[in-house]
Amino acid sequence: MSTTTTGQPTSGAAGTGRRLEPPPAGGLGQALGDGWTVARRNLIRIKRVPDLLVGSIVSPIMFVLLFAYVFGGAIALPGAGGAQPDPAAYREYLIAGIFAQTVIFGATITGSSMAQDLKSGIIDRFRSLPMASSAVLVGRTTADVVNNLLTVVIMTITGLVVGWRISTSVGEALLGYVLLLFFAYCVSWIMAFLGLLVRTPEVFNNVTFIVIFPLTFIANTFVPLESFPSALRAFAEWNPVSAVTQAVRELFGNLPAGTPEPTAWALQNPVLYTLLWGLVLLAIFVPLTVRQYQRAAAR
Amino acid sequence: MTTSATTPEPAARSRTGATGGTRGSTQDHPVVAEGLVKRYGSVTALDGLSLSVPRGSVLGVLGPNGAGKTTAVRVLTTLLRPDEGRASVAGVDVLADPAGVRRRIGVSGQYAAVDEQLTGTENLQMVGDLYHLGRGPSRARARELLERFDLTDAGSRPVKTYSGGMRRRLDLAGALVAEPEVLFLDEPTTGLDPRSRLGMWEVISELVSGGTTLLLTTQYLEEADRLADSIAVIDHGRVIAEGTADELKAQVGGERVEITLASAEDVGAARAALERAGASEVAVDEQTRSLSAPASGGTATLVAVLGDLRESGAEVLDAGVRRPTLDDVFLTLTGRAAEEADDAGEPAPEDGGGKRRRGGRRRGEHAR
Repeated sequence: MSTTTTGQPTSGAAGTGRRLEPPPAGGLGQALGDGWTVARRNLIRIKRVPDLLVGSIVSPIMFVLLFAYVFGGAIALPGAGGAQPDPAAYREYLIAGIFAQTVIFGATITGSSMAQDLKSGIIDRFRSLPMASSAVLVGRTTADVVNNLLTVVIMTITGLVVGWRISTSVGEALLGYVLLLFFAYCVSWIMAFLGLLVRTPEVFNNVTFIVIFPLTFIANTFVPLESFPSALRAFAEWNPVSAVTQAVRELFGNLPAGTPEPTAWALQNPVLYTLLWGLVLLAIFVPLTVRQYQRAAAR
Repeated sequence: MTTSATTPEPAARSRTGATGGTRGSTQDHPVVAEGLVKRYGSVTALDGLSLSVPRGSVLGVLGPNGAGKTTAVRVLTTLLRPDEGRASVAGVDVLADPAGVRRRIGVSGQYAAVDEQLTGTENLQMVGDLYHLGRGPSRARARELLERFDLTDAGSRPVKTYSGGMRRRLDLAGALVAEPEVLFLDEPTTGLDPRSRLGMWEVISELVSGGTTLLLTTQYLEEADRLADSIAVIDHGRVIAEGTADELKAQVGGERVEITLASAEDVGAARAALERAGASEVAVDEQTRSLSAPASGGTATLVAVLGDLRESGAEVLDAGVRRPTLDDVFLTLTGRAAEEADDAGEPAPEDGGGKRRRGGRRRGEHAR
């Protein structure tokens, strides 16, 4: 800081009048700090609200076990053992799909929380504080990432227990995890927008079920696309959820030997296609959500 | 930079009329609003609202539900942009520098804006962090405020276990975290039971005795009377009267004579008796057979009226001289009771104890 030493002739205007002013808000550092403060608050909530905790910890375990043992014996993968179902190969194949579906569901917490916060009045408190206006949204979506990280760790452990393994390098495996969390983060922004739009947590939950179930099931998450009727198959091939799943399978080395080469460009370049989708989602939904936040909060 | 040279502005001190007029300088009036207008479609929530709060004093903004109180607070606390008008808070222009305003104010809303799942301590620390006090001071301040508001024992419990009164106290504590220059309390006791309300009043009285500049909205006339140095009565988004509680009471003509009759047949005679005794604006409630009128002569008027009624043979059940309440002010100013103006469909507020409910006075019976 300059102009503090007394007796310096240069500090004419700066020394007087402004001294008692509180520090001005601003700077990226402060915005990030505020975002983290809000994120911490949201993470404490997860710890305290049993519903959220079940969603983050119990349901991923349940999904892995359910799909691995209930469907695993009935679903035959092309390439792996021909027409004969191979449960071990299916479990290997399945995990990436479960990962993708679960992190996308994890991203919906942002939407219902935003709706809840609008209702409870705490958004008004936030807006009357000298904090970065981005912090509420950044903090909320960041909390989803942390929560999803926890979920992914739990699913990884459960997956290892049922016999799933990563057969590639550490770098590729890490890239797989990062891609999952990145895609879910982008989805969080869609959810934030929807939550602010509908303003009621219950309505939001219904809306997301209607949107997310088709998106995560009309994809290669649980079954290979070869069995899909052609119209659904085209949708599934270009569905970004399929791309994330495909990318993670490749990066984890979970595609059974002899799997047919995908025909769609999206699945031939799943990492690139996922990244593109993520960036497009952010480009659209970050400004849209910020605007909706200002509009919803200023009512 | 503003010079601090003393140029006292006499205009700033004198009370202006009901609307507009010259407002105080922002130097000695930390809250100044001029001609605020806010419309929602065809509904005009604020219709040229002007008010000012002198430094270190408490302004009570009094009005029924839907009068525009909350909208006014939301504009002054930067939550809402007005369609017209200007405002400054703590010397900072609300529209030009909302962030500057936020650094200098504390706000506690109508619905306790605290996180249910967080503990009292966590809530206050979060607010401190968002004021950028720094980790250590933020913690110390949370502890201090919890103690001051009698919440130390509850500090480690999630807020969802708190009573309504405790939540409000915590919310108020949240507004005080950064020791703001100006405090806004929007209906701080709405929905509280009478005992919690008294507790809140004590807390707020203590707070303002320390010289905080406070703008307080309320629909409880008693609350404004008790906490505010001066009162702005608002209705339909506009200030319809302002002054101290005593000044407002004087506006309705000082003391009132009230008479309740045994028989409805005598209402005419009683009205005549009151008018003979010099009372001009007689309010009649046919259902309860009661009459009320300004009594310039105080008890002498009452004695005269009672003598008159005895002669005419009317049986009087109850009679007395009463100092006017702020209810009377509202009634005189708007032609209706404050409670009757409640068209928002919200549950009727629980009665704080001292307020009298006057039932069937009808608009037409009130000479203005």
